[in-house]
Amino acid sequence: MTIQEIQLEIIDEFDMFDDWMQKYDYLIELSKDLPAIKEDLKVDDNLIKGCQSKVWLHASKNGDKVSFTADSDAIITKGIVALLVRVFDDQKAQDILENELHFIDAIGLKEHLSMTRSNGLVSMIKQMKFYAIAFSS
Amino acid sequence: MALDIQKIRAQFPVLHQEVNGKPLVYFDNGATSQKPQMVIDAITHYYSKENSNIHRGVHFLSQQATDKYEAAREATRRFINADSIEEIIITRGTTEAINLVASCLSKSLFKKGDEILISTIEHHSNIVPWQMACEQTGAVLKVIPVLDSGELDMDAYRDLLNEKTKLVAVNHISNALGTINPIEEMIPLAHAKGALVLIDGAQAVPHTKVDVQVLNADFYCFSAHKMYGPTGIGILHGKKEILEKMPPYHGGGEMIKEVKFEGSTYNDLPFKFEGGTPNIAGGIGLEAAIRFMEEVGVENIAKQEAELLAYATQKLKEVGGIRFVGEAKNKAGLVSFLMEGIHPYDAGTILDKLGIAIRTGHLCAQPVMARFDITGTMRASFAVYNTKEEIDVFIAAINRVKIMFG
Repeated sequence: MTIQEIQLEIIDEFDMFDDWMQKYDYLIELSKDLPAIKEDLKVDDNLIKGCQSKVWLHASKNGDKVSFTADSDAIITKGIVALLVRVFDDQKAQDILENELHFIDAIGLKEHLSMTRSNGLVSMIKQMKFYAIAFSS
Repeated sequence: MALDIQKIRAQFPVLHQEVNGKPLVYFDNGATSQKPQMVIDAITHYYSKENSNIHRGVHFLSQQATDKYEAAREATRRFINADSIEEIIITRGTTEAINLVASCLSKSLFKKGDEILISTIEHHSNIVPWQMACEQTGAVLKVIPVLDSGELDMDAYRDLLNEKTKLVAVNHISNALGTINPIEEMIPLAHAKGALVLIDGAQAVPHTKVDVQVLNADFYCFSAHKMYGPTGIGILHGKKEILEKMPPYHGGGEMIKEVKFEGSTYNDLPFKFEGGTPNIAGGIGLEAAIRFMEEVGVENIAKQEAELLAYATQKLKEVGGIRFVGEAKNKAGLVSFLMEGIHPYDAGTILDKLGIAIRTGHLCAQPVMARFDITGTMRASFAVYNTKEEIDVFIAAINRVKIMFG
């Protein structure tokens, strides 16, 4: 699936929920389903420090595609991390650079990308794009 | 006489709103308190009817604005029982007050090998200015350790004090733990070794009666915005004889007597440290905030907050699985805690969804977190307008978080 198709699929999934509680319960589920990052990758070099929660992100080149694996110490952050990995993992570097992420706003989780949250997610998205730049050159 | 809390709440427009569809419960007073109508009105009235620059115009508005701004200085002097208005330096806040002292003492006092003594439980704003002073002068930063209870290790403090100690800078009340430090005991010990003492009173002045003459610290600073006043305005109280010896801080208008290209002479206290047009509206707002606190009564505020603290602590214990961070015998109205196995970010996010504002994270006190081997806490901090009913709503929300993430 393309990045756009995956984003639309996520928006569809979140459309089913009537209230925020169900949304957050779903994020908790997603966090549990995110394949665990290998312990040897959970190192400071892969750490994105937010004041509030931490995110670990590792990328590897897989032909012309980029593979991502990630984790967070906070469950809600990890749920959103799972969504970001789902959208960008195993996509072409060029596509990662060219596609805008609109699903987070569309599913009503934009607040988690605000300045005050300092949860590492904004830096994580930037970092995913940097990896894409690095791997496309 | 018991306070009529509903009458007090009615004075705070911001409290009467819904957040995420729930009535707002505001427990982030340690970060900043809300403002009563009289403070908002004072600022609005100033900008609507009185705006003018101060200390220089001969015209009516300037004279009036000057009188009002200087009335704030006098109100502050009375509020903390300072000896004279010359000792009341108006700053942008506690942070600027500490930076002012650190910068001026770096130019006039600190030498290589001198020691500056702070504590483990300081806010970053009472750590970094001293690190900068050390970098500049070659002085050495020493740190008073903290016990598991969140109380300062007083034996270690006595051991750390020596003839090289030039300054002790500690908070009156810890923003991260709520510990009320025994500064009445600490100040004379430092003076006995010839050291100056600066007290960061940002978390104390909103909650407890402060008498700077009784305390006898050399510097005492605090911020208006944590005591029902506006942001961007604060106070540095300093002893006159020390302030007089200190070089000025910012150069500019207001702080000079005479300017010539060959050299300038500086204004008298307190203006020597107040370069540039100040936050006039902020000063006028501070005066209104002091009036608010005096009308309610600082002792009444302290009593109400102590009741809230006891109630919240008891209710949190009943929840189970709560780790309290900071259990000092003398504690101000805030509770810092962790829920077993639950990240503060997750809990804070759900509480927000339920209309409850608390602080989560390192609370601008990373060394405190490192000391207790945690990355952050959840902090509920109270003000006079908070109620037990709000704590009940908060506890119900905590139980909900426990079910969601437990």
